[in-house]
Amino acid sequence: MNASRATPASTLVGRIVVGVVILALWELCSGRLFSDFWISRPSAIAHSLAQMATSGDLWWNLSATLQETLSGLAIGMVVGTLLGIVLAWSGRFSDWLYPYVMALYSLPKVALAPLFVVWFGIGIWSKILMVTSFVVFVAFYNVYEGVRGIDRDLLDMMKTYKASRMQVLTWVVFPAIAAWILTSLRLGIGLALIGSVIAELVGANRGMGYAITKAGNTLDTPGIFAGLFVIMVVAVVLEAAVVQIERRVLRYR
Amino acid sequence: MTPKLAIDGLRVAYRADGRETLAVDGATLHVADGEFVAIVGPSGCGKSTILKVVAGLIPPSGGDVRVDGKPLDGVPDGVGMVFQHDALLPWKTVRDNVRLPLALRGLPHAEQNAEVDRLLTLVRLGGFADYFPRALSGGMRKRVALARTLAYNPSLFLMDEPFGPLDAQTRIHIGREFLDIWQRVGKSVVFITHDVEEAIALADRVLVMTARPGRVKAAFAIDLPRPRAFEEVRFTPRFRDLQAEIWHALTGDAPAELVS
Repeated sequence: MNASRATPASTLVGRIVVGVVILALWELCSGRLFSDFWISRPSAIAHSLAQMATSGDLWWNLSATLQETLSGLAIGMVVGTLLGIVLAWSGRFSDWLYPYVMALYSLPKVALAPLFVVWFGIGIWSKILMVTSFVVFVAFYNVYEGVRGIDRDLLDMMKTYKASRMQVLTWVVFPAIAAWILTSLRLGIGLALIGSVIAELVGANRGMGYAITKAGNTLDTPGIFAGLFVIMVVAVVLEAAVVQIERRVLRYR
Repeated sequence: MTPKLAIDGLRVAYRADGRETLAVDGATLHVADGEFVAIVGPSGCGKSTILKVVAGLIPPSGGDVRVDGKPLDGVPDGVGMVFQHDALLPWKTVRDNVRLPLALRGLPHAEQNAEVDRLLTLVRLGGFADYFPRALSGGMRKRVALARTLAYNPSLFLMDEPFGPLDAQTRIHIGREFLDIWQRVGKSVVFITHDVEEAIALADRVLVMTARPGRVKAAFAIDLPRPRAFEEVRFTPRFRDLQAEIWHALTGDAPAELVS
Protein backbone atom coordinates (compact mmCIF):
# COMPACT_ATOMS: atom_id res chain seq x y z
CA MET A 1 0.00 0.00 0.00
CA ASN A 2 1.24 3.43 -0.93
CA ALA A 3 0.92 5.82 2.01
CA SER A 4 0.11 8.79 -0.22
CA ARG A 5 -3.01 7.00 -1.47
CA ALA A 6 -4.58 6.82 2.01
CA THR A 7 -7.54 9.14 2.56
CA PRO A 8 -7.91 11.11 5.81
CA ALA A 9 -11.07 9.11 6.62
CA SER A 10 -9.38 5.74 6.27
CA THR A 11 -6.46 6.96 8.39
CA LEU A 12 -8.87 7.99 11.13
CA VAL A 13 -10.68 4.64 11.02
CA GLY A 14 -7.33 2.83 11.23
CA ARG A 15 -6.31 4.83 14.27
CA ILE A 16 -9.57 4.15 16.06
CA VAL A 17 -9.24 0.43 15.31
CA VAL A 18 -5.70 0.35 16.79
CA GLY A 19 -6.92 2.16 19.91
CA VAL A 20 -9.86 -0.20 20.40
CA VAL A 21 -7.65 -3.29 19.88
CA ILE A 22 -5.12 -2.08 22.47
CA LEU A 23 -7.83 -1.34 25.04
CA ALA A 24 -9.53 -4.70 24.37
CA LEU A 25 -6.25 -6.63 24.77
CA TRP A 26 -5.52 -4.70 27.96
CA GLU A 27 -8.95 -5.51 29.37
CA LEU A 28 -8.56 -9.20 28.38
CA CYS A 29 -5.04 -9.66 29.79
CA SER A 30 -5.83 -7.88 33.01
CA GLY A 31 -6.63 -10.37 35.74
CA ARG A 32 -5.77 -13.29 33.44
CA LEU A 33 -2.13 -12.84 32.30
CA PHE A 34 -1.23 -10.16 34.85
CA SER A 35 -2.75 -9.18 38.15
CA ASP A 36 -4.92 -6.10 37.75
CA PHE A 37 -3.25 -4.70 40.83
CA TRP A 38 -0.24 -3.88 38.61
CA ILE A 39 -1.78 -2.87 35.31
CA SER A 40 -5.36 -2.06 36.35
CA ARG A 41 -7.93 -2.38 33.54
CA PRO A 42 -9.55 0.13 31.17
CA SER A 43 -13.02 -0.34 32.66
CA ALA A 44 -11.71 0.35 36.18
CA ILE A 45 -9.78 3.40 34.93
CA ALA A 46 -12.91 4.73 33.21
CA HIS A 47 -14.82 4.21 36.43
CA SER A 48 -12.14 6.04 38.43
CA LEU A 49 -12.19 8.90 35.88
CA ALA A 50 -15.97 9.19 36.13
CA GLN A 51 -15.73 9.31 39.91
CA MET A 52 -13.07 12.03 39.77
CA ALA A 53 -15.19 14.03 37.36
CA THR A 54 -18.40 13.84 39.37
CA SER A 55 -16.73 14.58 42.73
CA GLY A 56 -15.15 17.72 41.26
CA ASP A 57 -11.62 16.44 42.03
CA LEU A 58 -10.78 16.22 38.34
CA TRP A 59 -11.45 19.84 37.55
CA TRP A 60 -9.92 21.00 40.86
CA ASN A 61 -6.61 19.31 40.01
CA LEU A 62 -6.70 19.70 36.24
CA SER A 63 -7.39 23.44 36.38
CA ALA A 64 -4.35 23.94 38.63
CA THR A 65 -2.08 21.96 36.30
CA LEU A 66 -3.45 23.75 33.23
CA GLN A 67 -2.94 27.14 34.82
CA GLU A 68 0.67 26.33 35.76
CA THR A 69 1.43 24.75 32.40
CA LEU A 70 -0.05 27.52 30.26
CA SER A 71 1.29 30.42 32.36
CA GLY A 72 4.77 28.91 32.47
CA LEU A 73 4.62 28.12 28.77
CA ALA A 74 3.64 31.68 27.91
CA ILE A 75 6.28 33.27 30.14
CA GLY A 76 8.98 30.85 28.94
CA MET A 77 8.12 31.39 25.27
CA VAL A 78 8.11 35.19 25.50
CA VAL A 79 11.29 35.43 27.57
CA GLY A 80 13.11 32.80 25.48
CA THR A 81 12.08 34.40 22.20
CA LEU A 82 13.14 37.90 23.24
CA LEU A 83 16.42 36.59 24.65
CA GLY A 84 17.06 34.67 21.42
CA ILE A 85 16.46 37.71 19.21
CA VAL A 86 18.51 40.06 21.38
CA LEU A 87 21.45 37.69 21.70
CA ALA A 88 21.45 36.70 18.03
CA TRP A 89 21.49 40.38 17.09
CA SER A 90 23.94 41.68 19.61
CA GLY A 91 27.10 40.28 18.03
CA ARG A 92 29.94 40.40 20.52
CA PHE A 93 27.75 40.55 23.64
CA SER A 94 26.22 37.23 22.62
CA ASP A 95 29.68 35.64 22.43
CA TRP A 96 30.19 36.63 26.06
CA LEU A 97 26.83 35.45 27.34
CA TYR A 98 26.20 32.34 25.26
CA PRO A 99 28.30 29.82 27.27
CA TYR A 100 26.52 30.83 30.48
CA VAL A 101 23.10 30.38 28.93
CA MET A 102 24.15 26.95 27.70
CA ALA A 103 25.57 26.07 31.15
CA LEU A 104 22.21 26.90 32.75
CA TYR A 105 20.50 24.89 30.01
CA SER A 106 22.54 21.79 30.90
CA LEU A 107 21.33 21.84 34.54
CA PRO A 108 18.78 19.10 35.26
CA LYS A 109 15.72 21.27 35.86
CA VAL A 110 14.27 18.72 38.30
CA ALA A 111 17.11 19.56 40.66
CA LEU A 112 15.90 23.15 40.75
CA ALA A 113 12.51 22.23 42.20
CA PRO A 114 13.60 22.41 45.87
CA LEU A 115 15.07 25.85 45.23
CA PHE A 116 11.81 27.13 43.74
CA VAL A 117 9.87 25.73 46.68
CA VAL A 118 12.23 27.55 49.06
CA TRP A 119 11.71 30.77 47.13
CA PHE A 120 7.98 30.64 46.47
CA GLY A 121 6.56 27.96 48.78
CA ILE A 122 4.37 25.17 47.46
CA GLY A 123 1.87 27.56 45.84
CA ILE A 124 1.37 28.09 42.14
CA TRP A 125 4.41 30.33 41.55
CA SER A 126 7.02 27.68 42.28
CA LYS A 127 5.29 25.50 39.65
CA ILE A 128 5.08 28.27 37.06
CA LEU A 129 8.77 29.00 37.53
CA MET A 130 9.58 25.33 37.11
CA VAL A 131 7.64 25.20 33.84
CA THR A 132 9.30 28.40 32.67
CA SER A 133 12.76 26.96 33.35
CA PHE A 134 11.91 24.01 31.09
CA VAL A 135 10.44 26.06 28.26
CA VAL A 136 12.67 29.12 28.16
CA PHE A 137 15.76 27.34 26.86
CA VAL A 138 13.99 25.56 24.05
CA ALA A 139 12.47 28.84 22.90
CA PHE A 140 15.79 30.64 23.26
CA TYR A 141 17.79 28.06 21.36
CA ASN A 142 15.33 27.75 18.45
CA VAL A 143 14.88 31.49 18.04
CA TYR A 144 18.62 32.14 18.32
CA GLU A 145 19.33 29.67 15.52
CA GLY A 146 16.38 31.02 13.53
CA VAL A 147 17.60 34.62 13.65
CA ARG A 148 21.16 33.60 12.77
CA GLY A 149 19.85 31.66 9.78
CA ILE A 150 17.96 34.58 8.21
CA ASP A 151 18.94 35.07 4.56
CA ARG A 152 21.59 37.81 4.45
CA ASP A 153 20.15 39.10 1.17
CA LEU A 154 16.81 39.91 2.82
CA LEU A 155 18.49 42.01 5.50
CA ASP A 156 20.64 43.76 2.87
CA MET A 157 17.51 44.40 0.82
CA MET A 158 15.75 46.00 3.80
CA LYS A 159 18.83 48.11 4.43
CA THR A 160 18.87 49.50 0.88
CA TYR A 161 15.25 50.60 1.45
CA LYS A 162 16.37 52.37 4.63
CA ALA A 163 14.11 50.27 6.84
CA SER A 164 14.13 51.05 10.56
CA ARG A 165 15.04 48.39 13.13
CA MET A 166 11.37 47.94 13.99
CA GLN A 167 10.44 47.53 10.32
CA VAL A 168 13.15 44.89 9.87
CA LEU A 169 11.70 43.05 12.87
CA THR A 170 8.12 43.07 11.63
CA TRP A 171 8.77 42.47 7.91
CA VAL A 172 11.69 40.02 8.10
CA VAL A 173 12.76 38.75 11.53
CA PHE A 174 9.41 37.74 13.07
CA PRO A 175 8.05 36.04 9.93
CA ALA A 176 11.40 34.32 9.35
CA ILE A 177 11.48 32.84 12.85
CA ALA A 178 7.75 32.03 13.02
CA ALA A 179 8.46 28.44 12.03
CA TRP A 180 11.13 28.18 14.73
CA ILE A 181 8.86 29.70 17.36
CA LEU A 182 6.12 27.21 16.50
CA THR A 183 8.59 24.32 16.66
CA SER A 184 9.71 25.42 20.10
CA LEU A 185 6.07 25.85 21.14
CA ARG A 186 5.38 22.24 20.15
CA LEU A 187 8.39 20.96 22.05
CA GLY A 188 7.54 23.36 24.88
CA ILE A 189 4.07 21.89 25.47
CA GLY A 190 5.51 18.49 26.36
CA LEU A 191 8.21 20.05 28.52
CA ALA A 192 5.74 22.37 30.25
CA LEU A 193 3.59 19.43 31.29
CA ILE A 194 6.67 17.60 32.57
CA GLY A 195 7.67 20.71 34.48
CA SER A 196 4.32 21.28 36.16
CA VAL A 197 3.76 17.63 37.07
CA ILE A 198 7.29 17.24 38.47
CA ALA A 199 6.86 20.40 40.52
CA GLU A 200 3.59 19.01 41.87
CA LEU A 201 5.27 15.71 42.74
CA VAL A 202 7.91 17.55 44.74
CA GLY A 203 5.43 19.41 46.87
CA ALA A 204 1.86 20.49 46.25
CA ASN A 205 -1.67 20.30 47.57
CA ARG A 206 -3.36 20.46 44.19
CA GLY A 207 -2.77 19.44 40.54
CA MET A 208 -2.53 16.31 38.42
CA GLY A 209 0.92 15.45 39.79
CA TYR A 210 -0.51 15.73 43.30
CA ALA A 211 -3.50 13.53 42.31
CA ILE A 212 -1.19 10.85 40.95
CA THR A 213 1.00 10.90 44.06
CA LYS A 214 -2.04 10.65 46.28
CA ALA A 215 -3.38 7.69 44.29
CA GLY A 216 0.06 6.06 44.47
CA ASN A 217 0.23 6.47 48.23
CA THR A 218 -3.06 4.60 48.62
CA LEU A 219 -2.03 1.92 46.08
CA ASP A 220 -4.93 3.06 43.87
CA THR A 221 -3.62 1.85 40.47
CA PRO A 222 -6.74 2.85 38.47
CA GLY A 223 -6.38 6.36 39.98
CA ILE A 224 -2.75 6.59 38.80
CA PHE A 225 -3.69 5.50 35.29
CA ALA A 226 -6.64 7.92 35.25
CA GLY A 227 -4.26 10.78 36.11
CA LEU A 228 -1.80 9.73 33.40
CA PHE A 229 -4.65 9.50 30.90
CA VAL A 230 -5.80 13.04 31.67
CA ILE A 231 -2.26 14.41 31.23
CA MET A 232 -1.96 12.58 27.92
CA VAL A 233 -5.24 14.06 26.67
CA VAL A 234 -4.10 17.57 27.62
CA ALA A 235 -0.81 17.10 25.70
CA VAL A 236 -2.59 15.80 22.59
CA VAL A 237 -5.15 18.63 22.59
CA LEU A 238 -2.54 21.37 23.05
CA GLU A 239 -0.33 19.87 20.36
CA ALA A 240 -3.28 19.70 17.93
CA ALA A 241 -3.97 23.38 18.61
CA VAL A 242 -0.38 24.27 17.66
CA VAL A 243 -0.67 22.26 14.44
CA GLN A 244 -3.72 24.34 13.53
CA ILE A 245 -1.80 27.56 14.19
CA GLU A 246 1.10 26.27 12.09
CA ARG A 247 -1.21 25.62 9.13
CA ARG A 248 -2.36 29.20 9.21
CA VAL A 249 0.90 30.99 9.89
CA LEU A 250 3.04 28.92 7.51
CA ARG A 251 0.54 29.06 4.66
CA TYR A 252 3.19 30.58 2.36
CA ARG A 253 5.12 27.32 2.26
CA MET B 1 27.00 68.71 -14.65
CA THR B 2 27.77 66.37 -11.74
CA PRO B 3 27.59 62.72 -12.70
CA LYS B 4 24.90 60.58 -11.08
CA LEU B 5 27.56 58.27 -9.75
CA ALA B 6 31.29 58.96 -9.52
CA ILE B 7 33.66 56.26 -8.32
CA ASP B 8 37.34 57.21 -8.19
CA GLY B 9 40.15 54.89 -7.19
CA LEU B 10 37.84 52.64 -5.17
CA ARG B 11 39.60 50.07 -3.06
CA VAL B 12 37.81 47.33 -1.12
CA ALA B 13 39.61 44.85 1.11
CA TYR B 14 38.13 41.99 3.11
CA ARG B 15 39.55 40.24 6.11
CA ALA B 16 39.05 36.51 5.92
CA ASP B 17 40.95 33.85 7.91
CA GLY B 18 43.20 36.56 9.29
CA ARG B 19 44.41 37.54 5.84
CA GLU B 20 43.51 40.66 3.95
CA THR B 21 42.16 40.06 0.45
CA LEU B 22 41.81 42.86 -2.07
CA ALA B 23 38.51 42.55 -3.91
CA VAL B 24 38.66 45.85 -5.77
CA ASP B 25 41.78 47.91 -6.34
CA GLY B 26 41.61 51.32 -7.94
CA ALA B 27 38.29 51.04 -9.79
CA THR B 28 37.19 54.26 -11.45
CA LEU B 29 33.90 54.76 -13.23
CA HIS B 30 31.42 57.56 -13.79
CA VAL B 31 27.77 57.22 -14.69
CA ALA B 32 25.94 60.20 -16.18
CA ASP B 33 22.35 61.04 -15.30
CA GLY B 34 20.08 58.73 -17.29
CA GLU B 35 22.96 56.62 -18.56
CA PHE B 36 22.88 52.82 -18.72
CA VAL B 37 26.26 51.33 -17.90
CA ALA B 38 26.92 47.60 -18.01
CA ILE B 39 29.92 46.00 -16.32
CA VAL B 40 31.30 42.68 -17.53
CA GLY B 41 34.22 40.77 -16.12
CA PRO B 42 35.42 37.36 -15.00
CA SER B 43 33.61 35.87 -12.01
CA GLY B 44 35.05 36.95 -8.68
CA CYS B 45 36.46 40.17 -10.12
CA GLY B 46 34.64 42.33 -7.58
CA LYS B 47 31.80 43.56 -9.80
CA SER B 48 29.20 42.80 -7.15
CA THR B 49 31.41 44.30 -4.47
CA ILE B 50 31.39 47.65 -6.28
CA LEU B 51 27.58 47.64 -6.33
CA LYS B 52 27.37 46.76 -2.66
CA VAL B 53 29.67 49.65 -1.82
CA VAL B 54 27.51 52.08 -3.79
CA ALA B 55 24.36 50.71 -2.08
CA GLY B 56 25.97 51.38 1.30
CA LEU B 57 26.15 47.71 2.27
CA ILE B 58 29.95 47.39 2.38
CA PRO B 59 32.27 50.17 3.55
CA PRO B 60 35.04 51.05 1.07
CA SER B 61 38.64 50.76 2.24
CA GLY B 62 39.82 53.63 0.09
CA GLY B 63 38.97 55.92 -2.80
CA ASP B 64 36.04 58.22 -3.35
CA VAL B 65 32.40 57.34 -4.08
CA ARG B 66 29.84 60.06 -4.75
CA VAL B 67 26.15 59.80 -5.58
CA ASP B 68 24.80 63.09 -7.00
CA GLY B 69 28.08 64.70 -5.95
CA LYS B 70 27.57 63.76 -2.28
CA PRO B 71 30.20 61.54 -0.63
CA LEU B 72 28.90 58.18 0.51
CA ASP B 73 27.69 58.04 4.11
CA GLY B 74 25.63 54.94 4.90
CA VAL B 75 22.82 54.04 2.51
CA PRO B 76 22.53 56.82 -0.10
CA ASP B 77 19.19 58.37 -1.17
CA GLY B 78 17.52 57.34 -4.38
CA VAL B 79 19.52 54.19 -4.99
CA GLY B 80 17.63 50.97 -5.63
CA MET B 81 19.19 47.55 -5.87
CA VAL B 82 17.98 44.46 -7.73
CA PHE B 83 19.61 41.41 -6.19
CA GLN B 84 20.93 38.40 -8.05
CA HIS B 85 18.62 36.06 -6.13
CA ASP B 86 15.53 38.26 -6.19
CA ALA B 87 15.49 38.72 -2.35
CA LEU B 88 11.69 38.46 -2.18
CA LEU B 89 10.09 37.87 1.22
CA PRO B 90 8.75 34.30 0.95
CA TRP B 91 6.05 34.93 3.61
CA LYS B 92 4.57 37.91 1.80
CA THR B 93 2.32 37.87 -1.24
CA VAL B 94 3.39 39.49 -4.50
CA ARG B 95 1.34 42.56 -3.55
CA ASP B 96 2.99 42.89 -0.15
CA ASN B 97 6.44 42.37 -1.61
CA VAL B 98 5.94 45.13 -4.18
CA ARG B 99 4.41 47.56 -1.72
CA LEU B 100 7.27 47.06 0.77
CA PRO B 101 9.20 50.26 -0.08
CA LEU B 102 5.94 52.26 -0.09
CA ALA B 103 4.86 50.82 3.26
CA LEU B 104 8.26 51.57 4.79
CA ARG B 105 7.82 55.16 3.69
CA GLY B 106 4.39 55.23 5.37
CA LEU B 107 2.30 55.90 2.27
CA PRO B 108 -1.49 55.57 2.84
CA HIS B 109 -2.84 52.10 2.07
CA ALA B 110 -5.04 53.13 -0.85
CA GLU B 111 -2.11 54.83 -2.58
CA GLN B 112 0.09 51.79 -1.98
CA ASN B 113 -2.45 49.53 -3.62
CA ALA B 114 -2.99 51.80 -6.60
CA GLU B 115 0.76 52.01 -7.21
CA VAL B 116 1.19 48.24 -6.82
CA ASP B 117 -1.58 47.63 -9.37
CA ARG B 118 0.05 50.02 -11.83
CA LEU B 119 3.49 48.39 -11.42
CA LEU B 120 2.20 44.83 -11.63
CA THR B 121 0.51 45.72 -14.92
CA LEU B 122 3.77 47.28 -16.09
CA VAL B 123 5.74 44.11 -15.42
CA ARG B 124 2.83 42.04 -16.81
CA LEU B 125 1.90 40.28 -13.57
CA GLY B 126 -1.62 41.72 -13.34
CA GLY B 127 -3.38 38.60 -12.06
CA PHE B 128 -0.73 37.45 -9.58
CA ALA B 129 -1.03 39.96 -6.72
CA ASP B 130 -2.20 37.37 -4.19
CA TYR B 131 0.33 34.65 -5.04
CA PHE B 132 3.22 33.77 -2.76
CA PRO B 133 6.69 33.86 -4.38
CA ARG B 134 7.02 30.06 -4.07
CA ALA B 135 4.22 29.62 -6.60
CA LEU B 136 5.94 31.74 -9.27
CA SER B 137 8.53 30.83 -11.91
CA GLY B 138 12.04 32.31 -11.78
CA GLY B 139 11.21 34.87 -14.47
CA MET B 140 8.05 35.99 -12.69
CA ARG B 141 9.93 36.41 -9.43
CA LYS B 142 12.44 38.63 -11.22
CA ARG B 143 9.56 40.78 -12.43
CA VAL B 144 8.24 41.08 -8.88
CA ALA B 145 11.69 42.13 -7.66
CA LEU B 146 11.87 44.64 -10.51
CA ALA B 147 8.42 46.01 -9.67
CA ARG B 148 9.48 46.40 -6.03
CA THR B 149 12.55 48.40 -7.04
CA LEU B 150 10.40 50.50 -9.38
CA ALA B 151 8.04 51.18 -6.46
CA TYR B 152 10.97 52.65 -4.55
CA ASN B 153 11.42 54.94 -7.57
CA PRO B 154 15.20 55.34 -7.34
CA SER B 155 17.12 57.61 -9.68
CA LEU B 156 19.96 55.07 -9.82
CA PHE B 157 19.33 51.35 -10.34
CA LEU B 158 22.00 48.90 -9.23
CA MET B 159 21.46 45.51 -10.81
CA ASP B 160 23.61 42.59 -9.73
CA GLU B 161 23.40 39.93 -12.46
CA PRO B 162 19.63 40.21 -12.13
CA PHE B 163 18.88 37.73 -14.92
CA GLY B 164 21.79 35.44 -14.09
CA PRO B 165 19.96 32.42 -12.67
CA LEU B 166 17.33 32.32 -15.46
CA ASP B 167 17.27 30.01 -18.47
CA ALA B 168 18.24 31.45 -21.86
CA GLN B 169 14.70 31.89 -23.18
CA THR B 170 13.37 33.59 -20.06
CA ARG B 171 16.44 35.85 -20.05
CA ILE B 172 15.60 37.10 -23.52
CA HIS B 173 11.97 37.72 -22.59
CA ILE B 174 12.64 39.57 -19.39
CA GLY B 175 15.61 41.43 -20.91
CA ARG B 176 13.35 42.76 -23.67
CA GLU B 177 10.70 43.80 -21.18
CA PHE B 178 13.25 45.45 -18.96
CA LEU B 179 14.78 47.39 -21.86
CA ASP B 180 11.28 48.50 -22.78
CA ILE B 181 10.52 49.72 -19.26
CA TRP B 182 13.89 51.42 -18.92
CA GLN B 183 13.47 53.28 -22.20
CA ARG B 184 10.27 54.73 -20.74
CA VAL B 185 11.50 55.66 -17.25
CA GLY B 186 15.01 56.67 -18.35
CA LYS B 187 16.87 56.34 -15.04
CA SER B 188 20.59 55.73 -14.51
CA VAL B 189 21.54 52.05 -14.33
CA VAL B 190 24.64 50.14 -13.35
CA PHE B 191 24.05 46.63 -14.64
CA ILE B 192 26.36 43.76 -13.83
CA THR B 193 26.36 40.69 -16.03
CA HIS B 194 28.65 38.01 -17.34
CA ASP B 195 26.74 37.96 -20.62
CA VAL B 196 28.48 40.22 -23.15
CA GLU B 197 25.59 40.14 -25.64
CA GLU B 198 23.11 41.14 -22.95
CA ALA B 199 25.40 44.01 -21.91
CA ILE B 200 25.71 45.37 -25.47
CA ALA B 201 21.98 45.03 -26.20
CA LEU B 202 21.04 47.00 -23.08
CA ALA B 203 23.74 49.55 -22.32
CA ASP B 204 25.00 52.93 -23.46
CA ARG B 205 28.44 51.96 -22.29
CA VAL B 206 30.08 48.62 -21.46
CA LEU B 207 32.95 48.49 -18.99
CA VAL B 208 35.29 45.52 -18.85
CA MET B 209 36.92 44.61 -15.53
CA THR B 210 40.14 42.77 -14.84
CA ALA B 211 40.35 39.64 -12.69
CA ARG B 212 40.64 40.12 -8.92
CA PRO B 213 41.58 42.56 -7.56
CA GLY B 214 39.13 44.24 -9.91
CA ARG B 215 39.61 47.46 -11.75
CA VAL B 216 38.10 48.82 -14.94
CA LYS B 217 40.43 48.08 -17.83
CA ALA B 218 38.43 49.10 -20.90
CA ALA B 219 35.28 51.03 -21.78
CA PHE B 220 33.18 50.76 -24.94
CA ALA B 221 30.59 53.29 -26.04
CA ILE B 222 27.64 51.39 -27.51
CA ASP B 223 26.54 53.61 -30.39
CA LEU B 224 23.64 51.43 -31.48
CA PRO B 225 20.57 53.61 -32.05
CA ARG B 226 17.70 53.73 -29.53
CA PRO B 227 15.03 52.58 -29.11
CA ARG B 228 16.65 49.22 -29.59
CA ALA B 229 15.07 45.87 -30.26
CA PHE B 230 16.64 43.63 -27.63
CA GLU B 231 16.94 40.57 -29.91
CA GLU B 232 17.10 41.88 -33.48
CA VAL B 233 19.90 44.32 -32.67
CA ARG B 234 22.16 41.30 -32.20
CA PHE B 235 22.12 40.58 -35.93
CA THR B 236 23.44 43.99 -37.04
CA PRO B 237 27.08 44.28 -38.20
CA ARG B 238 27.85 47.00 -35.64
CA PHE B 239 26.75 44.71 -32.82
CA ARG B 240 29.03 41.98 -34.13
CA ASP B 241 31.99 44.37 -34.21
CA LEU B 242 31.39 45.52 -30.62
CA GLN B 243 30.95 41.95 -29.51
CA ALA B 244 34.32 40.99 -31.01
CA GLU B 245 36.08 43.99 -29.45
CA ILE B 246 34.64 43.38 -25.99
CA TRP B 247 35.35 39.65 -26.09
CA HIS B 248 38.89 40.48 -27.06
CA ALA B 249 39.25 42.88 -24.12
CA LEU B 250 37.73 40.30 -21.75
CA THR B 251 39.91 37.39 -22.77
CA GLY B 252 43.04 39.55 -22.81
CA ASP B 253 44.03 38.39 -19.36
CA ALA B 254 42.72 34.85 -19.61
CA PRO B 255 45.13 31.88 -19.67
CA ALA B 256 46.86 31.49 -23.04
CA GLU B 257 45.12 28.28 -24.05
CA LEU B 258 41.74 30.02 -23.81
CA VAL B 259 42.79 32.97 -25.95
CA SER B 260 43.95 30.98 -28.98
